Amino acid sequence: MHAIEKILAKAAGKAAVTTGEIVNCKVDMAGINDLYLQTLRSFFEMGGKKVHDPNKIVVFLDHYAPASTIMQADNQKQFREFCWEQGIDLLMDVDQGVCHQVMVDKGLVYPGQVLVITDSHTTIHGAFGAFGTGVGATDLAIIMVTGQLWFRIPEIIRIHLEGTLPQGVYAKDIILKVIGALGADYGVYRGVEFTGPVLKQLSVSERMALCNMTTELGAKTAYIQPDEITLQFLQGKVQHEYEIFTTDPGYQYAAEHTFDVTGMTPQIAAPHSVDNVAPVARYAGIPVNQAFLGTCTGGRAEDLAIAAKILQGKKINPRTRFIVVPASKAVLLEAMANGTMKTLVEAGATFVTPGCAACLGTHEGMLAAGETCITASSRNFPGRMGSPKAEIYLGSPAAVAAAALTGKIVDPTEYLKQG
Amino acid sequence: MQQILKGKAFVYGANIDTDQIYPGRFLDLTDPDQVGKHAMEGADPNFVKEVQPGDLIVASTNFGCGSSREHAAVTLKAAGVGAILADSYGRIFYRNAINLGVPLLVCPGIGQKVKRGDSLSLDMTTGTVTNLSSGETMQAQPLSEYVMNILASGGIKPLIKQQYGQG
Ligand code: SF4
Repeated sequence: MHAIEKILAKAAGKAAVTTGEIVNCKVDMAGINDLYLQTLRSFFEMGGKKVHDPNKIVVFLDHYAPASTIMQADNQKQFREFCWEQGIDLLMDVDQGVCHQVMVDKGLVYPGQVLVITDSHTTIHGAFGAFGTGVGATDLAIIMVTGQLWFRIPEIIRIHLEGTLPQGVYAKDIILKVIGALGADYGVYRGVEFTGPVLKQLSVSERMALCNMTTELGAKTAYIQPDEITLQFLQGKVQHEYEIFTTDPGYQYAAEHTFDVTGMTPQIAAPHSVDNVAPVARYAGIPVNQAFLGTCTGGRAEDLAIAAKILQGKKINPRTRFIVVPASKAVLLEAMANGTMKTLVEAGATFVTPGCAACLGTHEGMLAAGETCITASSRNFPGRMGSPKAEIYLGSPAAVAAAALTGKIVDPTEYLKQG
Repeated sequence: MQQILKGKAFVYGANIDTDQIYPGRFLDLTDPDQVGKHAMEGADPNFVKEVQPGDLIVASTNFGCGSSREHAAVTLKAAGVGAILADSYGRIFYRNAINLGVPLLVCPGIGQKVKRGDSLSLDMTTGTVTNLSSGETMQAQPLSEYVMNILASGGIKPLIKQQYGQG
């Protein structure tokens, strides 16, 4: 069996599972985002009164942090009151940041966990050897009532990463290249495991970016076998006991793909789909009105530090605005402590509240019709950051910072050398 | 659940994501009637004006990819969509639609075979789709027993309520 199958088998109380089988699994942690008041509605519509286990539920007020409309404020108010009534202590209010980063910062994610959040990028937690998947509001409400949810055991695809990553090229570039090669629906219903020597060159932050973006392959979940890098990161953070599962030798993957990253250049996904990917040279010179650095994909302390390296002692292009959203409060504190924030603000960055901000086109950095944005986030769908007539390019945090500096899409490796 | 569904087709291409089905800027709405007013707005601003109860959505691959927002299924249901037929679906959208009791079938190749405005007839038990405008028939994959049971109960909520409802 694959490690993912072992995680699900254990949660289902079974010795073994097979691909395609539908199993009912106990869920270790269920997360609800402030976008989905429907979760509470569905809970009550299903006759729910008391949640199955208040210690296994976490509520994130992250997408609308802090509220920009009366309606958003009212939704958040109802969530807070629900938590107080139900004894849910894990209420992450508007100061905390994006759900996925908060989970990690607070030590709530661990290997072997079954983690379900009302957010599609829950695949990110495969970086820790957890089974993370996103569901809708009603599915989450079912967990609130029963403590369980059904899953179909997915086929697993292996993506093997070979070679040496060049300087200035990042996990975001790798995953964009993979998505461009395989297509936005390649991973639908499937799990994606990353293997290979490149993983040893990637920090936990970079591994998170890799797993996060498997959602843009359509994947149900992602997986990286926990190793010393993972364990070192988790040490002292995670209080919960955990078990590390390993894949049996000879396990048959549904498909295997090898990518050699040696000599790779930075990659860009052009409007309007994440698999519309080409090397940055193809789009070099396109003027950008907004450079957006942040989110659960590209807003960690390391990402901000890369941007600071490029912008140290410089000023952004006067025709470009540079929005920076730390993924979480912990990221913001780190950026304050190590001087990254000062560097970026002096260079002309506009800092906004840790959270999702303009990533999903609700507030804090919306785009007008006819505007162009380059972003370190995950999606460039039409209308994702405001007007459907805006153009969104996806790139690495370095590509975003270099675009803020020059006012156009450029190859960021040049600017990292000078720095 | 009706056995035979008939309606006019609204046809879309590949990778219609949930931001196109229901733009993020309206996610703070929670009343289904309000949510229904923005159905397909990102892909087709005329959809809401033209759709009639029972009409069908036809799409190519990966319909409903992207976010987990149940609003995408709620908006189509509230707008009166009778069923969805596509080459394939985003997985969370698929679960959400079934949970809400919106029939959606995998029908390989249908995205290429139907034009906007064609009249379709869908037999839920056999999965046979007939294009009444062109006379062509197509075969959708039959739904699993698990899914049929949810649809027949009018969605998952009544089922869970029966089994676990706390009175
Ligand atoms: S930052 Fe963006 S991708 Fe991440 S959870 Fe928020 S809206 Fe989703």
